[in-house]
Amino acid sequence: MKVLVAVKRVIDYNVKVRVKPDNTGVDLANVKMAMNPFCEIAVEEAVRLKEKGIASEIVVVTIGPKAAQEQIRTALALGADRGIHIESDEEVQSLEAAKLLKAVVEKEEPRLVILGKQAIDSDNNQTGQMLAALTGMGQGTFASELVIEGEKVQVKREIDGGLMTVGLSLPAVITTDLRLNEPRYASLPNIMKAKKKPLDNMSPADLGVEITPRLSTLKVEAPASRKAGIKVADVAELVDKLKNEAKVI
Amino acid sequence: MSILVIADHDNSSLKQSTLNVVAAAKAIGGDIDILVAGENCGAAGEASAKVEGVNKVLVADNAVYGHNLGENLGELVAEVGKGYGHILASAGTTGKDFMPRVAALLDVAQVSDIMRVESEDTFVRPIYAGNAIATVKASDSIKVVTVRPTAFDPVAADGGSASVEALDVVKDAGLSQFISEELAKSDRPDLSSADIVVSGGRGMQNGENFKMLESVADQLGAAIGASRAAVDAGFVPNDMQVGQTGKIVAPQLYIAIGISGAIQHLAGMGDSKVIAAINKDEEAPIFQVADYGLVADLFEAVPQFEEELKKVL
Repeated sequence: MKVLVAVKRVIDYNVKVRVKPDNTGVDLANVKMAMNPFCEIAVEEAVRLKEKGIASEIVVVTIGPKAAQEQIRTALALGADRGIHIESDEEVQSLEAAKLLKAVVEKEEPRLVILGKQAIDSDNNQTGQMLAALTGMGQGTFASELVIEGEKVQVKREIDGGLMTVGLSLPAVITTDLRLNEPRYASLPNIMKAKKKPLDNMSPADLGVEITPRLSTLKVEAPASRKAGIKVADVAELVDKLKNEAKVI
Repeated sequence: MSILVIADHDNSSLKQSTLNVVAAAKAIGGDIDILVAGENCGAAGEASAKVEGVNKVLVADNAVYGHNLGENLGELVAEVGKGYGHILASAGTTGKDFMPRVAALLDVAQVSDIMRVESEDTFVRPIYAGNAIATVKASDSIKVVTVRPTAFDPVAADGGSASVEALDVVKDAGLSQFISEELAKSDRPDLSSADIVVSGGRGMQNGENFKMLESVADQLGAAIGASRAAVDAGFVPNDMQVGQTGKIVAPQLYIAIGISGAIQHLAGMGDSKVIAAINKDEEAPIFQVADYGLVADLFEAVPQFEEELKKVL
């Protein structure tokens, strides 16, 4: 079966985020960018399904500026078969992203769509669920295990308080949580091979979707910083401070 | 315009997060209705009617809402919510699951995880793991919003006398079915709303050593949390994870033990009133946010801590 994986280009997980002095956003100039960590997990899961003989083709899609092609190539190097780049220099918000992905789903007709549960830039946790609603599919969000049997998928989900298993009919949307798998690294030969894999480029207009942001960001500020307190000499002083100074025990 | 709050509950009682979300609704201003969707959830409906400042409680009691399946809840809330100006739910795993479906079905944007209300259409929310704070304005006629419970002081659970109305709306999307659930059983307070949280990190070395934290937590009536490192290493289950992608906590006292303090962890506990940290590495970033830091080997310090607590509690 065909699996569609959506990936997003975001600031690298290890980069220290700095707010721009004019409070219009976060400074991304000359900052290392990478594939969103949850999207890496999504790609890895698709590749594992292919290795198990369940997935026959993996199509990877991204929405973003020209440079987002790098993240498609990364996914291709990890084992995806071909890429779709929906190129847009504008900010694409979750609802529009879901509409673009819906158009891709209608064209490609995958049996399974895998996305990261959230991107570590906007921290929205919306696109997968919105895509599922727009396409009338069931959703297995925050997945920590997938079991596919025929036309059904069982998804173990990470929920507050523990784990919950749901059964979905295919096609379905899965969003990944951290413990679904541990992504591999791309090997050099595979990185070279990925350069030759097919990559389609299109615009939101090609898919008939107009980008009309519903949310406007008025300002972005650095969080109120917490000051370091004091070092205590020993456990007795710690307990004394907690009881008599902070009065929290 | 009126505000619809979707209750967080376990059918027999209301979760505290509902009181936090009602507080956010109060900050927006307007009549507040609560929707309780569940199976045999009459008691949660009655509890909702007593919540301070609530106008009306709508109860959708049906087996299709029994396990919080996002597909069914999404259709129900989109149907009931289309007459409201705002739809609010807690940003727990249930709200995160069904609310974006509601937004998509109504063709509106969602504002996730708000920590402050500026006005009826403008909200403050964390982005980049809380390393930046964005003020966003929503232009849609219906605002679909998830609320970070710890950012709003709860309203009173009693004093209200709202009317209760049974809703005969059955939405079975037929897309998903509940199979099973494995919930951690604990007599300790819920991690997300506990007054004191004791958390362990990679420094705990193994799951067995978390027993030390259990005795401390029992003395303090605290919940137990963990860093992502401790969860990834398999010391403890994932529902104990505090951080950007785990639980967001803001207790009166957060005790970080053997936790270095990665930014993703700080994003989950940085709003705690008082932070105490025990770590043998004096350069650990956790000390930059801790009110009280103790540089010590946790395997010596934690048993001493327990002894000292016995003297003062």
